[in-house]
Amino acid sequence: MSATIQTKPAAAPLPGGASLPRDALVSLRGVSKVFANRVMALSELNLDVREGEFLSLLGPSGCGKSTVLRLISRLTNPTAGAIEWRGGRPEIGFVFQEPTLMPWATVFSNVYLPLRFRGVSRREAQGRVEEALERVGLAKFAKAYPRELSGGMKMRVSIARALVLRPPLLLMDEPFAALDEITRIKLNDDLVQLKVSLGATIIFVTHSVFESVYLSTRIVVMAPRPGRIVAEIPVEAPLPRDEEFRLSAAYAEKCRETSQALHSAMEGMSLA
Amino acid sequence: MFRERLLEFALPAAALIFALLFWEFIVWYEQIPPYVLPAPSMILAELYRSWGALSASLLITLQTTFEALLTAMIGGVALAILFAQSRVIERAFFPFAVVMQVTPIVSIAPLLLVYLSTGTAVLVCAFLVAFFPILSNTALGLASADHNLIDLFELYGASRWQQLLWLRLPSALPYFLGGLRIGGGLALIGAIVAEIAAGSAGQKSGLAYRIVESGFLLNIPRMFAALLLISVAGILIFLFFTALSHLLLRRWHDSARRKEA
Repeated sequence: MSATIQTKPAAAPLPGGASLPRDALVSLRGVSKVFANRVMALSELNLDVREGEFLSLLGPSGCGKSTVLRLISRLTNPTAGAIEWRGGRPEIGFVFQEPTLMPWATVFSNVYLPLRFRGVSRREAQGRVEEALERVGLAKFAKAYPRELSGGMKMRVSIARALVLRPPLLLMDEPFAALDEITRIKLNDDLVQLKVSLGATIIFVTHSVFESVYLSTRIVVMAPRPGRIVAEIPVEAPLPRDEEFRLSAAYAEKCRETSQALHSAMEGMSLA
Repeated sequence: MFRERLLEFALPAAALIFALLFWEFIVWYEQIPPYVLPAPSMILAELYRSWGALSASLLITLQTTFEALLTAMIGGVALAILFAQSRVIERAFFPFAVVMQVTPIVSIAPLLLVYLSTGTAVLVCAFLVAFFPILSNTALGLASADHNLIDLFELYGASRWQQLLWLRLPSALPYFLGGLRIGGGLALIGAIVAEIAAGSAGQKSGLAYRIVESGFLLNIPRMFAALLLISVAGILIFLFFTALSHLLLRRWHDSARRKEA
């Protein structure tokens, strides 16, 4: 690992995406991120995000998985390395761990927010907001305030908001971590359905092995100090998945494999 | 539940009536002269007799308080927004605002009365004491926006002013209303303090002036009557802002939450 970090500006997308794998939507090349307190959140990370996949970033706290999301969404910039997009940066939906709703606004106003910043008037947006709420099963709650909703419902509003611009790329940062198990399983199922009907690319951060295996087409396991990728596990089972998959032997086997990878990551060994 | 609300109202009312009756009784029993301690009945009689003058004074005091509060509200919010949008301005001017607040108004009033006409001085005093709580609370509110929401706004490319309008200002509303409630009561205090400092030289005859005047004339019942009206003014201001706060926040803020039965 190099002791000095050369800062390179993030490169613009290359013409024709020449250096990207054919189906990569976005690529991180040699990306490092050092915070002000000298913590190395990511060290020379290489990651290709393929179009249409459900990619889980799995790892213990401090492995840099949330940082990857923030880098991709440009909420923060890399200290070194480049993030390359095939054909311009698309609309991105982001779902945080907290529902992050504006408590003074109705559900409708909350979901309308991204459209407002795209210059769409409230009246024009009516149809699209209702559609987004339909998708998460909350069409009847458009006039409710966040305070009146349960935790699971608030999270679904957050998802509706992330989807209202129909983004090709959806980033989710441990969105179900703060919910109870039952709600979590329900929302996992809903998310799988959404993925199939929308055809979006999803990058999903989690520390749950079970969740990552159930939801993803590919799991990337990360380790901390410094943040890096230590394993990559494809999950071949076709989407959409259901309770049967959860009870199958293939699922159990995948969970075991992933669990082992995670364990090794936490002991600082690389399997790649 | 109805029983609960009734008790909440009835018990203090009963205590008040009992206290008033006791007061009336003691004055009668001990034959206390009215220029020492008038009985409640005498105070009410004086209130009725001097209602013309006292109600006019009440109106003047309320008007001053309202004007001062309006100015403090506009100034406080404007400055708080300015502070929120520019750290340079905040760092430069915030200490002055602090100095203005910690200097007791009682010591500033005489100086203001030298430079300004009585009416203006009273207004400025009331403004000064109401201004800082509103500024301070609103500034705190503007800075307390949920940082995840700030990220979200940035994600969708909102400009700094869009962020102010749609995120920071609504976030600041509960804090602002808290500051307004404090400022309302303080504006009344500021107006009273300035009027008393002006004493007999005062021309604008608000309620505090009536108190000073009654003192000189040894009309103690009238003094009490004026005091009673000042209390009523204070209560009205407090109730008004509490109701306003409740109205604006009841649908979404925890501070306006009704207790679950």
